[in-house]
Amino acid sequence: MSGESDAVSCRGVSKVWAAGTARAHEALRDIDLDVQPGEFVVFLGPSGCGKSTLLYLIAGLEAATGGRIQSFGEPVAGPSPERSLIFQETSLFPWLSVWQNVSFGLSLKGVPELERRSIARAALQRVGLAEAFDKRPDELSGGMRQRVAVARALAMRPKVLLMDEPFAALDVQTRQKMQDFLLDVWRDSGASVLFVTHHIDEAVALADRVVVFTARPGRIKTIVVNTLPRPRDPFSPDAEAMRRHLTELLRDEVDRAFAEQEALA
Amino acid sequence: MAIDLARAAAVPHGQPRLPFAQRLALPDGFVPLLQRIGWMLVSVGCFAGLWELLWAFGIADAKLLPPPHVFLGNLVEQARFFNTAQRWQIGTGMNAGPSPAMAVLITVLASTGRVLAGLFLAATLSILVGVAIRYVVLFERLTLPTITLLAPVSPIAWLPVAIFMFGIGNAPAIFMVFIALFFTMVLSTIHQIDGVNRNYINVARTMGASKRQIYARVIVPAILPGLLAVLRLNLFGAWMVVLVAEATGVGYGLGQVIMLARNTFNPSLVFFTITLIGFLGFAFDLMFRLVQRRMLYWLPRDAGSSLGL
Repeated sequence: MSGESDAVSCRGVSKVWAAGTARAHEALRDIDLDVQPGEFVVFLGPSGCGKSTLLYLIAGLEAATGGRIQSFGEPVAGPSPERSLIFQETSLFPWLSVWQNVSFGLSLKGVPELERRSIARAALQRVGLAEAFDKRPDELSGGMRQRVAVARALAMRPKVLLMDEPFAALDVQTRQKMQDFLLDVWRDSGASVLFVTHHIDEAVALADRVVVFTARPGRIKTIVVNTLPRPRDPFSPDAEAMRRHLTELLRDEVDRAFAEQEALA
Repeated sequence: MAIDLARAAAVPHGQPRLPFAQRLALPDGFVPLLQRIGWMLVSVGCFAGLWELLWAFGIADAKLLPPPHVFLGNLVEQARFFNTAQRWQIGTGMNAGPSPAMAVLITVLASTGRVLAGLFLAATLSILVGVAIRYVVLFERLTLPTITLLAPVSPIAWLPVAIFMFGIGNAPAIFMVFIALFFTMVLSTIHQIDGVNRNYINVARTMGASKRQIYARVIVPAILPGLLAVLRLNLFGAWMVVLVAEATGVGYGLGQVIMLARNTFNPSLVFFTITLIGFLGFAFDLMFRLVQRRMLYWLPRDAGSSLGL
């Protein structure tokens, strides 16, 4: 199955933090995962299960302690603009205006200002924030800032969008709007999306496949294929069934995590 | 602004009144400035009034603690002692020097210049050294232990060193200001670098930034607010140190005037000079705030949220 065509391919990936010291603890064990180009994959698991860690490994921001990670046949050796990471909290630079933030990656490569402006304008239009071009990040709401962060990622024309609980800090209404917005962006960018969350609703609404993680150390418990037709109705019986199924899968893990903690205490 | 809003909200009845600044169409930040200066005058007035009262009741001896109307009363008399260096130069007569007001101005500017030069040198070099320490591991291993060792040394202890190295003149005074700030500011720079939001750095990394780009484009702008705050806290320290330096080795300056007053037992001159230094420090702090605002345009204006409490 694994090959040149996979957007992301993990084989036996593991991660031990502070390896070789007394504080060493195992975050991920033996992860095998292939993501197709253009696929929307959601990582679902109890907090602290290592799902964000896996995202950082795929981004190349951290090195795996075992196994190998490839993207389009190339081993992941470090960060790359092809794999943009979008963070939970705002990560816009407050000293730059919105358009300067969006074109930050281009300015690192020495792209001339005129071109950067036009790319930034197009990216902001794509996320529906053309009017924020000259604003400063602190003049925007939380949802708008995350859209700017998405525009910044899009300006780099990534093949893989990595999202680490990007909407966790937003209120429920905004989060739902952002999900619709993200699906639009995903559809016309053609990029694969790897999306970390602990919200079952988000997995039901967004994913082609849901990767369910076990409690610490994180392993893949099971992969649930989400075949609900798009656009999705969150209240359809099928969505309800999917939600129940994921809830049950997750509950076992949360129970186990609790039992472990109590055994330690 | 917070004060303004509170005041506007406190107007009990009638139609809502615009804040004072908007009614007069004054530039933003002007009214808070006026208020600040107004309250300063009230505060200083109370202090001076108390002093005058103590004098009037005969509690404060006018020879030892002359009240403000005495030491501020005869400006020309006081100014005679300023810029004495030039007046006593060989070949210049007693009356050949600058006018009294000019003499005071020259002295004040001389001290101010030394403070500014020292601040500028300390700020620039400590940022460079601090960044270099985090950038190059070998540099950190070679310098950081020494810097940490020297940081707690009192500036006064450096005074003889300043004189050994630079003799007398401007250089030792500037050196003293520099040395008083440099070590702590290097440590503070390192501390600020370590505190930079990891997300900022990771964003730059995923965009393909090199180490040099991460430092120049992300870390330095991110630590600037904290560094300016530290610099401002050290401003008063710089003023204290420059006086000590001037008292020993420099031909003219406010510190030298204080020393002269001490040696000639002239309390009026002491208090006059202290008043000058106080106002200078106040003006410096005010100017520094304006510079801070200009340079850190991205920080929210109402950062002092405790103002409304």
